[in-house]
This record gives sequence, structure tokens and C-alpha cells, in this order.
Amino acid sequence: MTELIKRRDIDFLLYEFLNVEQLLAHPRYADHDRKVFDAIIDTAVKIAEEKFQTCAKDLDNNEPSFDGQKVTLIPQVKEALRAFAEAGFPAATYANEQDGLQLPWTVFQAAMAYFHAANISLSAYPLLTGAAANLLNAHGSVEQKALYLPHMLSGRFFGTMCLSETQAGSSLSDIRTRAEPTDQGYYLIKGTKMWISGGEHDLAENIIHMVLAKIPGGPPGVKGISLFIVPKIHVQPDGSLGERNDVALAGLNHKMGYRGTVNTVMSFGEKDNCKGYLIGEPHKGLECMFHMMNEARIGIGMGATTIGYAGYLYSLDYARQRPQGRHPLNKNPQSPQVPIIEHADIRRLLLTQKSYVEGALALQLYCAMLVDEQKISADTNRKQVLALLLDILTPIAKSWPSEFCLEANKLAMQILGGYGYTREYPLERLYRDNRLNPIHEGTHGIHGIDLLGRKVRMAGGKAFTTLLDHIRETIREASGNRTLQAYAGQLSNTLQEVEKTTAVLIACENLNLSLANSTIYLDMLGHVVIAWTWLRQAIVVAANAGNATGDDKDFYQGKLAACRYFFHYELPKTHGMMQLLQSLDDTCLNITSSQL
Amino acid sequence: MKILVPIKRVVDPNIRVRVKSDQTGVETANLKMAINPFCEIAVEEAVRLQEAGKAKEVVLVTIGGSQCQDVLRTGMAMGADRAILIETDAALQPLGIAKLLKAVIEKEAPNLVITGKQAIDDDNNQTSQMLAALLGWPQGTFASKLELNGDHAVVTREIDGGLETLKLRLPAVISTDLRLNEPRYVKLPNIMKAKKKPLDVIKPETLGVDFAPRLKSLKVEEPAKRKAGIKVANVAELVAKLKNEAKVI
Ligand SMILES: Cc1cc2nc3c(=O)[nH]c(=O)nc-3n(C[C@H](O)[C@H](O)[C@H](O)COP(=O)(O)OP(=O)(O)OC[C@H]3O[C@@H](n4cnc5c(N)ncnc54)[C@H](O)[C@@H]3O)c2cc1C
Repeated sequence: MTELIKRRDIDFLLYEFLNVEQLLAHPRYADHDRKVFDAIIDTAVKIAEEKFQTCAKDLDNNEPSFDGQKVTLIPQVKEALRAFAEAGFPAATYANEQDGLQLPWTVFQAAMAYFHAANISLSAYPLLTGAAANLLNAHGSVEQKALYLPHMLSGRFFGTMCLSETQAGSSLSDIRTRAEPTDQGYYLIKGTKMWISGGEHDLAENIIHMVLAKIPGGPPGVKGISLFIVPKIHVQPDGSLGERNDVALAGLNHKMGYRGTVNTVMSFGEKDNCKGYLIGEPHKGLECMFHMMNEARIGIGMGATTIGYAGYLYSLDYARQRPQGRHPLNKNPQSPQVPIIEHADIRRLLLTQKSYVEGALALQLYCAMLVDEQKISADTNRKQVLALLLDILTPIAKSWPSEFCLEANKLAMQILGGYGYTREYPLERLYRDNRLNPIHEGTHGIHGIDLLGRKVRMAGGKAFTTLLDHIRETIREASGNRTLQAYAGQLSNTLQEVEKTTAVLIACENLNLSLANSTIYLDMLGHVVIAWTWLRQAIVVAANAGNATGDDKDFYQGKLAACRYFFHYELPKTHGMMQLLQSLDDTCLNITSSQL
Repeated sequence: MKILVPIKRVVDPNIRVRVKSDQTGVETANLKMAINPFCEIAVEEAVRLQEAGKAKEVVLVTIGGSQCQDVLRTGMAMGADRAILIETDAALQPLGIAKLLKAVIEKEAPNLVITGKQAIDDDNNQTSQMLAALLGWPQGTFASKLELNGDHAVVTREIDGGLETLKLRLPAVISTDLRLNEPRYVKLPNIMKAKKKPLDVIKPETLGVDFAPRLKSLKVEEPAKRKAGIKVANVAELVAKLKNEAKVI
């Protein structure tokens, strides 16, 4: 069986690239050590392979059904999620006082990588529940936390995130769901939410919805949005379940991928009796939500990365086994066919995938490490630097893998030829699954606007310059190494151009024009950041590969080859993009609807 | 009731091993290692007996380098109470292992020993039989079911023709087959707890047995590559080939 994610790569990233063990010096992580981290990842690999991966095809073939009464999923889903919860994953990163293990988020992400790679439409349930629980933990009152959190962390209750509505997807300021205050302390919620993942099912005893709604009389736009806890079934102080809340499933959406994640239209307050409980202050709901978004979005980027990664390893194994054709130099039709991995073009398809998925995984875990450092850092300056870095990297960590690890899935399918296009092989499913990632949690286009319109300009451009400073530090380190010097020079030149391009775009006073090509800016800066993660990996390889032999030597050489590939084939693409960006091209902005 | 479970650290079953270039063995440097799957079943069975109130204490033993502490911690995370590492970097073979285990068993005085039926690295399938013989205890190998009744164990064994049921007087040595149970997933909080459970390290010299290897392996080779198949035109040709070339009928 091929691995879902190369364990050697996870070990490399955790212990060589990030030196996650440096966290152990902090009292929060004092009970941990590398052996504990390894054992936790071992458990993740086992459950992912034995419970998640084994039902991926079945779940894809049998999407959830609704008979008007209840939603049904194949039974393996509940079993897999029970194994996940019983093993203790949902609470792993929480504090000891909350029955957690204080596991660094970076190690948790590395473990989650296996669940996503095995079956993303199943791992979406804990991902959503985790996001809802984190939101509650960060912004809920003591009573709210006590009432819901332990049950969400034990796997007894699941959670959802209810933001979108039919008329308000990207533009949340246009939501219509209302929350009328009562004198009983709760609000009456009324409205319909669209696209709600995990909105209804029989996988858990209860579902805790995190709902965005507007309190009448509040400010217009996003400044008037509040956040509410809306349980499917009311919870008593002793944890037992009370009456059903007025929350109803209005229908299911039938999707291209992520088929095991039930996707719903949810109706709140059809009988005018849907009770919701305000989290935090009125009208500050979106702020609460976005506070937790960094982690949620890195989670999405991790999902996209790992689907790409699983496809890469599958196609690699296939390419080693499939005999087809002969080398161009060989004119003898009687000679045996070679495995397709012998063809340079197949190796290109593999290297492209490798450079995308391993580059993206390095970025995801790097961002996770920033989150961990931010949690424990006592130095306010350092904390600020970490926050700025995370702010600017988050749209990239979410979007770059969503776009390019999806591309990796396309290339993996190409390696299998016709077989890849059939349902006998998992690649078409991986591709369909991954196609969601540029759409949800903010579309690719919206993240482009967020990056160029907000993140690059925020704090007087400080997030942007902080990122560049960090990249320059890596360039300095690499310049001292003979084999890496050329890459350092290339990245340095690219950075100068990035600065120039960004300055032109920011100087442009017409914001419509400035942002017209922001998706291209996102892809461009994403490529620069991934080149940076490759150079950082190459520096680590140069330091550690010395006496490596056998498989280990191949591993390190493979890293250097992928770095070289990215610098030779991919990074140069940014120059064309930057030329276009600097020219403030208005072709797309100015063509009219009727001309299209 | 005290149960002793000897376990072995082996190359992770999901990893493809390669023969060393000098043909003296297989490459194990930097490979991912794990608890031998049959030993894992043995630990699971012991822990289940303990959970069912049939046993009081579960003790693990392994023999090997200090890195073998990993698998002992895994076993304790599954539920075993404590562990003993007989620490040595010397070469080990089944007879030497059985002798070392016997010495530990004489000290620990367990009522039951559960081992894996074989380790997936060398596939010897010898240690538990040798151990039972050295101890002079009854043995139930390839167990697919195990029940404890007072001073007896009832063992269902998988044999060629079907199942055989034995009643053994305790103390006894049992070796596990694949279908005895499905080992649990190690729970994350138990991984943390296992760190605090006692793990004694002893030197084999203190046990006073000669465990030097008696067998010498001459050469280790990759299995022959599978040759490409051929297509036969009809059944008659197939039968002829099976008879004359493969000589299997
Ligand atoms: C399978 C699935 C699961 C989902 N799960 C959830 C969930 O659990 N909870 C939840 O709340 N939501 C969920 N969503 C909703 C998801 O977040 C939205 O689909 C997404 O935000 C886009 O909104 P939309 O579909 O209304 O598209 P629209 O907002 O209509 O966008 C259509 C296109 O227009 C572009 N566009 C929109 N506005 C602008 C602009 N200002 N400038 C430039 N381009 C623009 C977009 O980039 C996009 O390409 C899910 C969606 C799917 C498909």
C-alpha cells in the first residue's frame, strides 16, 4: 500500500525544517517529547488508513440521503468518527484543565493531514466541529463553554458554521437572518442558511450551529453582524438533552465532490421559536469569526494540500508499475516496454506535483508553527511580528494549495491516462473533492482581493514588509551555500520586482483598477512564498544530508531536485504575471457585459 | 493473576525492506519501526483479560537496544502496567531469547505468558515453543480464542484441518494468531500516561544465561523477480504445461 502522506516528509518538516521540539522548552508543552508526537501521529496514520480510507469510495458512491425525516449516511462514517473521537483527537490541542493534552497545533495539523488525505469528506466533520469549538472557546462566556464545549470535544456533539445564505455568499454584509432580542436572555433567530456543511445527520447526539445573524437596529453592513449559538436540541445544565429547537432541514445540496459531507439548506425559526444565544458582544460577530479564521483557513489549505499529496503518491506508484512505450532512442519494437516513470514527461508531471504538494505542506506546517509560537510567545514585539506574518500568509496558505494542489490532482490523473479518468481509480474522486477548495471559505477571487486590498496594505504595509524581511533572511542564509547561491540570487531579484509591482498597485488611486488583477497577484505572491519554502527546505537538506545513505539519501536528493524544479520551471512564471500587474492592465476591467 | 507479554520491535509492516548490499541482512537504519503485529495482539489480549477482571497485572518484556523502549511505551499506552527492557545490542536468536525470557519469568513468576506466534521480520515461529519447553510449561500456540477458568486456560487453536481446543493447566505459554482479537487504537491521553509508567532496564549479563547465537546466516538475497507470464491457447496446453513444465500435477 502506498502511504497517504510520506512519513519521512512529515518527520523532516516537523523535526528538521521547523524544529518543533523547540516548543518543548515552554511549560505548556513540558509533558511532551518527540516520542509522544510520533506515537500520536502513528495513531492518526492507523485510524486514517483503517477507518477513513477504507470507506472513501463507498461514501463517495453513496452520498447522504434525506427521506423527509432524517438524513442517512453509510454506517462506516459513524464508526470512523467514533474511533477518531475515542482516540482523543478533538480535544488534543486544548488545555489540561479542559481534558485536553496541550498538543502543539503544528503536530495536530500533521496528524490531521492523514485524515484529510484518507477521506476529506469524512474529516470535514471534525474540522467543522473543531472550528465551532475553537470559536466558542475563544469568545463564549464561561457558562456557554461549560454547557457545550466538553460535549463537542468528546465527540458527543458536532458543530457547524452557518454564514452563507442564498443571496449572500462572498458578500456576508448582505445576510438577512434576523435575531430578535427577548427579555429571557436569548434571541429569536429567523432565516435560511445555504450550503451548511454537516447541518443535519445522525452521526452525533446533537448539532451546535454557529450562526451569523443581524440584530434589528444595528449598523448596516458587516458591522451589524452578530454571532449566535443555536443548538439543534437544547442542552440542560447537567448535559442531558431537552426539547428540540426550532431548526429544520429544508433540503440537501447534491455536490460534485466531498459527497460524504452532508450539505444542507437550514431553516431557522419556521415556527418563530428558534432560540439563539449571543456569543460576545452584539454586532461583533464577524470579528469573532475572523479571529478564528486563520486557523480554519490553514485547515482548509491543509485539506487541499493533502488531497494533492495523496494523488501524487498514488500516481507515483502507478508510474513505477505501468509499462508503456520505449525511450525515443530505442527503435526496437521487440524490446520490452519501459515503466512510464522512465519517460521524461512523466517525471515532469511527477516533479510538478511533488514541488506543489511538498512545498504547500511545508507552508501549512510553517503557518501552524506561527500559530503555536504566537500562543506561547511572551515578547510583545515578537507576538506582533507573528500576527502580521500570519495575517499576510493566511490567504496564501488557504488559496495557493486550493489552486495548485488541485492542479496536482489533474496531473496525477494524467499519469494514469484513461484509467485515471475512470471511477475504478481514486484520482477522479480526489480531483472532484479538491475542486471545492477554491470555492468555499472565501473564493479564490475573494482571497486575491483580501490579499492585495487589505493584507498588503494593513498596518502601513508592515505585514508585507515583515514577510519580505523573512524571505530575505532565508536568501542571506542560502547565499553562503555554493549549490544554493543561484537560487538565492534568483529569489532576491524576484523580490525586488515584487516590491516594485506592489508599489505600483498601491500607488494606483483607482481602487477598481488596482484590484482588477488581484487574483493574479495572489497566484504570483503564492509562487514566491512557495519558492521561499523550497529554499528553506534546501538549506535544511544542505545541513543534514551529509552522511545520508540509501532511502534517506534519495529523500534529500529528491528535495533538492524539487527545489531546483520550482526555481527553473515555476518561479520564472511570476515575471510574466508581474509585468502584467505593473502595466495596470484594464482589459478585464473595461470589457462590458454585452461585449462578453 | 499476572500476565507477562514478551514483545518485539520490528520494521513497520507497511515498509518494503531491502537487502543490504553486502548480503548480511536487511537494511534497518532509519526505517520506521513498530511493535510486531502478533505481539500487539498478545498485548491486546492481556489487557482485555485485565479489563475483564481476570488478571491483575500485565507486564511487558523486550530484548534489544535502548530504542526498544518505544514499543514498550506503545504497549503501556495500550494498557499494560509496567515494562522491562533487557538491554543489549548483541545479535539475538530464538533460543537465546527464550533463555533470557525464562530467566525473567523465574523472577517475575507470572501465571500466564502470551507471545505473538512469530515476528514478521525473521518469521521464525520458535520462541514461544522453546520458552514453554525450557520452562516445562504447557503451551497453546496459534490461539484464535482464549478463556481463563480458574487454574486452567482453554485455548482454541487454528490448525490445518480446522480448529483444535486445548485445556491447559496454568502457568502456561500461549502464542497468538491473527484472529485472536483486533488490537485497539492507542488513545492520545494514554500515550501521555504511558510515559509515567515504570520501565525497568536490566542488563542480560545479570541474568546469567548464555544467549550467544548458535546459527550463522550465510547470505540474504532478494527473492527472484517474477517472470512475465505467457498466454496459453487452450485448456489442453495449460494442463500439459502444468504437468511437464511446472510439474505440479
Ligand atoms: C460544498 C460547499 C460547502 C460549504 N459549506 C459551507 C458552510 O459550512 N458554511 C457556510 O457558511 N458556507 C458554506 N459554503 C458556502 C461558501 O462559503 C460559498 O459558496 C462561498 O463563500 C461563495 O459564495 P457563493 O457560492 O454565494 O458565490 P458568490 O459569492 O455568488 O460568488 C460567485 C463568483 O463571484 C465572485 N465574486 C463574488 N463577489 C465578488 C467581488 N466582490 N469581487 C470579485 N469577485 C466576486 C466569486 O469569487 C465567485 O467566483 C459551502 C459551499 C460549498 C459549495
